[in-house]
Amino acid sequence: MNELQELYREVILDHNRQPRNFGAIDDADRVIDGVNPLCGDRMTLYVKLDGATVQDVSFRGTGCAISVASSSLMTERIKGASIDETMNLFEMVHDMLTSDANEPPDKLDKLVALAGVREYPSRVKCASLAWHALRAALKGAEHEVSTE
Amino acid sequence: MSAVATKSPDLAPITDIASLREDFPALQQRVHGQPLTYLDSAASSQCPQAVLDAVVRQQSLDHANVHRGVHQLSERSTLAYESARERVRDYINAASEHEIVFTRGTTESINLVAESLGGSRLSAGDEVLITWMEHHSNIVPWQMICERTGARLVPAPITDAGEIDLEAFDRLLTDRTRIVAFVHISNALGTVNPARELIAKAHAAGAVVVVDGAQAMPHKRVDVRDLDCDFYAFSGHKMFAPTGIGVLYGKERLLEEMPPWQGGGEMILTVSFDGTTYNALPCKFEAGTPNITGAVGLGAAVDYLARIDFAALEAHETALLGHASERLTEIDGARIIGTAADKASVLSFVIDGIHAHDVGTIVDAAGVAVRTGHHCAMPVMDRFGVAATARASFALYNDDDDIDRLILGLRQAVELFR
Repeated sequence: MNELQELYREVILDHNRQPRNFGAIDDADRVIDGVNPLCGDRMTLYVKLDGATVQDVSFRGTGCAISVASSSLMTERIKGASIDETMNLFEMVHDMLTSDANEPPDKLDKLVALAGVREYPSRVKCASLAWHALRAALKGAEHEVSTE
Repeated sequence: MSAVATKSPDLAPITDIASLREDFPALQQRVHGQPLTYLDSAASSQCPQAVLDAVVRQQSLDHANVHRGVHQLSERSTLAYESARERVRDYINAASEHEIVFTRGTTESINLVAESLGGSRLSAGDEVLITWMEHHSNIVPWQMICERTGARLVPAPITDAGEIDLEAFDRLLTDRTRIVAFVHISNALGTVNPARELIAKAHAAGAVVVVDGAQAMPHKRVDVRDLDCDFYAFSGHKMFAPTGIGVLYGKERLLEEMPPWQGGGEMILTVSFDGTTYNALPCKFEAGTPNITGAVGLGAAVDYLARIDFAALEAHETALLGHASERLTEIDGARIIGTAADKASVLSFVIDGIHAHDVGTIVDAAGVAVRTGHHCAMPVMDRFGVAATARASFALYNDDDDIDRLILGLRQAVELFR
């Protein structure tokens, strides 16, 4: 049960129960659909920019606790951040989810809660879906992104 | 050394289904420190020792290419391969071994029919009738051939219980329907379709019938002549044989008139740059070196199944399904998806507030293997308004202890999430 508790930390369960920034942004500058074909999960990410800053961000969709919590934690963290900072964060989260070589940097703060996913290769995509959608949104993509 | 496992002499049929579990080495292991509770046989079943032995023997002593050499190993290998075909023919009661085409599995079997039969018979204005409960492998090949030929793909709706809406089926089956393709047992819902009735209706309308039998083979004793289907597709790995081998049964008359599908060795008689003449059935549809070892494994699986009393097997699985369905009511917020009156031992369910993927990960920690997701049947998920379900599927080797451990795992999921 230990690894399970590592995966489903209280902060994950909390963000799954009450996702932050859940819903659409009517005047979003970027709207991106993310799909995880493995499980059929879908999410839509809404980003409103103010110059080089993420002024507002939200998401909608269905998914497992890992994917909902990851989306929720992500939106909470990047709201008000610069695009550069956000892209930098994407890299750090990506490293944390896919390699266990290093301790996750302190800078990740609450996002470290997602680290438990590393022990579950089949669940990494659940945690990374929102982040891939975010990167696509900030790069100006308009199409759907997938975890594949 | 005999290359061919001879058919068992007339031993008494096995009625003690519970005794079969010990034949499966995979089920004797522990995962995450817990006894393995394997409830994912609808995705892929485990192999009994007899199948593993046949595979090892073929690959270690009898391996050579088939239908090619004159040397001893080639003779043995050919004999083993063709003997597997004969045992499959006998098992499903096909009229001739010409009607048994070895493929990679159900998906390839359906693609073969869609491409070869569909490609030569369909044109604009024609329709292919399927159902709303099909696996993607019985949707996409038809979509592809319809796109190419201008024919229309028509899905027959299903009821809230997950049964084919027969009135709608009758209405959608018209003189434009050229092909009817449906699943014998639904992988996502467990529904057992009234195959004989649907086949008779389709024939009365002048359509050719393709049955996806992947899920039916491990649960039912299938007799293709009794069903009177034109094609029956199935996979070895859902019926206790290895992956990568499957069968397309087709009536000889239809297979004869169908053009070859893939070209290459084995499927030809003569080749020159002026043209090629094709081999006779079933080789016409078996281009390239086949999965010889897989076929031998399938032959051994068929021998294994042929000894089982299927009335006892169905009683065993019905009891498991009943017990599991009842125990599931102990789980707060659990709901079964697929409540057909005639149902195989496939239990799809959702739990309020817990995504199927989380359910799958949590019960895995308790040693319980279930499938989670859309089960390659996205239209079914849409029909029931869910993104995914968890699915526990029971095979001949499962028992009540497996159900106890599943329920225990589900309780842990609920505890963790509430």
